[in-house]
Amino acid sequence: MAVTEMGASSSVRKEARSSLLYDPKVRGFVFQLLLVVAIAYLVFTATTNAIENLKRLNLASGFGFFSNVSGFDITQKLIEYSASSTYGDAFIVGLLNTLLVAGLGIVLATLLGFVIGIARLSSNFVVRTLATWYVEIMRNIPLLLQLFFWYVAVLTPLPGPRQSLSFPGDIFVNARGLFMPAPIFGEGAWMMLAGLIIAPVAWFFIARWAKARQEATGEQFPVFLTGVALMIGLPFLGALLSGFPITFDRPVLKGFNFAGGMRVVPEFVALLLGLTLYTAAFIGEIVRAGILAIHRGQTEASNALGLRAAPTLNLVIIPQAMRVIVPPLTSQYLNIVKNSSLAAAIGYPDLVSVFTGTTLNQTGQAIEVIAVTMLVYLTISLSLSTFMNWYNGRIALTER
Amino acid sequence: MSMSSDMNTMGIGFVRTEQAPTLSPPASTVGIIGWARANLFSGPVNTLLTLVGILIIYIIVPPVWNFFIANAITVGKDRTECLVEIPGACYPYLVARFQQFIYGFYPEAERWRVNLTALLCFGSVAWLLIPATPRKSWMAAFFFVAFPVLAYILLSGAFGLPKVATSLWGGMLVTFVISIVGIVVSLPLGILLALGRRSKLPLVKLFSVIFIEFWRGVPLITVLFMAKTMLPLFVPEHLAPDQLLRALIGVALFSAAYMAEVVRGGLQAMPKGQYEGADALGLSYPQKLIFIILPQALQIVIPGIVNTFIGLFKDTSLVTIVGIFDFLASIQSSLTDPVWATPWTAFTGYGFAALFYFVFCFGMSRYSKFMEERLARSHKR
Repeated sequence: MAVTEMGASSSVRKEARSSLLYDPKVRGFVFQLLLVVAIAYLVFTATTNAIENLKRLNLASGFGFFSNVSGFDITQKLIEYSASSTYGDAFIVGLLNTLLVAGLGIVLATLLGFVIGIARLSSNFVVRTLATWYVEIMRNIPLLLQLFFWYVAVLTPLPGPRQSLSFPGDIFVNARGLFMPAPIFGEGAWMMLAGLIIAPVAWFFIARWAKARQEATGEQFPVFLTGVALMIGLPFLGALLSGFPITFDRPVLKGFNFAGGMRVVPEFVALLLGLTLYTAAFIGEIVRAGILAIHRGQTEASNALGLRAAPTLNLVIIPQAMRVIVPPLTSQYLNIVKNSSLAAAIGYPDLVSVFTGTTLNQTGQAIEVIAVTMLVYLTISLSLSTFMNWYNGRIALTER
Repeated sequence: MSMSSDMNTMGIGFVRTEQAPTLSPPASTVGIIGWARANLFSGPVNTLLTLVGILIIYIIVPPVWNFFIANAITVGKDRTECLVEIPGACYPYLVARFQQFIYGFYPEAERWRVNLTALLCFGSVAWLLIPATPRKSWMAAFFFVAFPVLAYILLSGAFGLPKVATSLWGGMLVTFVISIVGIVVSLPLGILLALGRRSKLPLVKLFSVIFIEFWRGVPLITVLFMAKTMLPLFVPEHLAPDQLLRALIGVALFSAAYMAEVVRGGLQAMPKGQYEGADALGLSYPQKLIFIILPQALQIVIPGIVNTFIGLFKDTSLVTIVGIFDFLASIQSSLTDPVWATPWTAFTGYGFAALFYFVFCFGMSRYSKFMEERLARSHKR
C-alpha cells in the first residue's frame, strides 16, 4: 500500500518535472535570457550603426574636445570665461548658471508656494479666491509659454539704456537687463565676511543650547531675536573694526550702455520669474494638501491649550504637515532643476543652452555631449533626492 | 405643585401666553454685510489682507479686461489698424493667422483629412471619457489599435491620398499628434514597465527600474535633443527617421516612464487578495492580469493618467525648441511677421495660446477631479 502510494507521488513529481514549459523557474530564466539577448542585440546594432555613421560623417569621437578653444562668449558667467576659453570651461559656466537659477528658483518658489498654499485655506474669501485662481491659471499654462511671455512680451520691449526706468539706489531697468551697484571689497573686508559666516553658526549652537535648556528647565530663550541681532551685528562689527572697507561701483550711463555696476541679464530674470511663479502653484497645492491631511482635532487641541493662530500653525500644524509635504516637494525641486533647461528657448546660458546647444553644434559630437549632459542631470536629480530622503527620514514620525 | 405654580402666575401682573415674534437678527450679521464682516473684516489682519487682495485684483483685472475686451481692435487688414496708443488686443492678426495656428503649412486642399482625423479622435476620446457610454473596451481597442493606423494613413497619405510630408504639418495639428501618440504609446509601454518593476525576475526588474529612473531623471529637452541629434546616428543611414518622428519617439519614451509610475501606484493599491484569488482560480499570469488586475488597477489610476496627460500636453510645447512647428512655435513665428508687428501683437498671440492651453488643461483637470470623486463614491462601503 505504502509502496504504491510512494510510487504514485513520485511519478506525479516526475510528470511535473518532465514538462519544462510549466516550470516557473525555467520560464523565468528563459524569459530573462530573451530580454538580455534582445537588449544586447539592440545595443550591438546601435553601436555598429553609430561607428559606421560617425566614420561616414567624418566625426571625431572621444572627450578630447573638452580642452579645445570654444570661440564663443557667454553673456552671464560666474567664473572667468572668454571666447578663448575651452569647451570644458564653457561646460562649467553653463553648469554653474543652471545651479544658480535652479537654487534661487527653489528658494523663491518654496517661499511663494507656502504663502499660496496657506492662502488657499484662508477663511478670507478674497484671499482664498485669488490664490485659487493663481494656482489654476499658472499650472494650466505651459511653462515655456510663460517664459516666452515674460521674455518676449514683457522684458524685451523695455526701453533702451538711455530711457531706462530708474529706481532709488542707482538701480536701472532696461531692455539690456537690470543694473545695480556692485560692492567692491577693500582691505579688511574678510572681517565682515567672517562675521557673516560666524553668525549663522553661532545661531545654530545657541538654538541647540536654548532647546536643551528649555527641555531641562522650561525657561525660554529669545533665539530668533538673538539670531537676527547676530546676523546683523557681527558683520557690522567686522566692518566697524576694519573701517568700512566696502565701496560701491555704481552703474553709469556711458554712450549707449551702462558701464560699471552689476548687470543681471533679462534672460535670467525671465527664467527665474517663470520658474518661480509656475512651480509655486504646484508647491501651493502640495502645501494645501499637506495641511488638509492634518486632523482638525490638532488645531482644536492647540487652541484649547491657549495657542494663538500663528504658533498653532508654526508649532503644531506645519511640523506634522511637513511629513506629507516633503516627498512631493522633492519631485517639485527636481522639476525646477529639470525645467531650468527651458533656458535654451530664451537664450539664458544654462548647461543645455551652452553645452547641448552651442557646443554640440560646433563640435558635432552628439553622443558625448548628450551623454555628459544627461549624466549631469541624473547626478543632480539623484543627489537632490538622496538629500530630501535623508531630510524626510529625519522628520518622519518615529513610532515607538 | 400645580396649584402653587398657578398661584404664582396669578401673583404676577402679566404673563405672555404665546411666544414672542422672532426678531430678525441685527443687520450687521446677515446678508452681504454680515457675510463680509464675518469673512473679510473680522479683525485688523484680515481686513488688511482683504484690502491687499482687492488691490491686487484692481491692479490685474481692469487692464486685462481693457486689453482683451474694451480696447480690442476687431477689424483691420494689417498692422496699421492695430498701431494704437491705448493697449488693445489685435484680433485681426489672430483671424489672419488662424488657419496656420491650426494646420501649419498643411496643403489647403487636403485639410479635410486633418478635420476627419480630429473628428475621429475627439469622438472616440469623448466616448472613452464619458462614463455612461457602453462598450468601452471596443472603443479602447479602436482608439489604441485601429485609430493610430487610420490617422497615419489619413494624415501622411497612402492608398491614393496624396502624400503630405511631416515638415508641412504644424500648429495645433502637431501639438495634438504628439500628445495623442505620446499617450497611445506610453500607456501600454508604461503598463509593461510597471509590471516589470513589480516582477519577481531580477533582471526584468532591474531593467525596468533603470529605464524608468533614467527617463525621469533627465529633462525632456535633453531627451528631445538626444532624439534629434543622437538617434539618427544609431540607425542605418537610409532608415533615419524624420524630425517629427524623432520627437515622437523621445516624447513617447519619456512619458512611458512617468506613466509606469502612475500604473505602479494602481497595481500597488490592489489588495493582495485579488492576486491570490486569481491564482486560486488557476488563472495563468496573462489571464490574471488581463481579466482581474489591470481592469481594476487602471480604473483606480484614471485620474493619475489624465494628470500625466495634462503634463504631456503642456510639455509638447517643448518641441518648439528643437525646431518642430507645433502650436506654440506657430504663435512664436507669427510674432516675427512684419505685416502684424505691433507692440500688442505678442500679448495678443500669447493670450490666445494661453487660452488654448488653459481650456484644455483646466477641462481635463476638472474631468480628473470628477472621476476621482466618482471613484471615491463607488469605493465607499
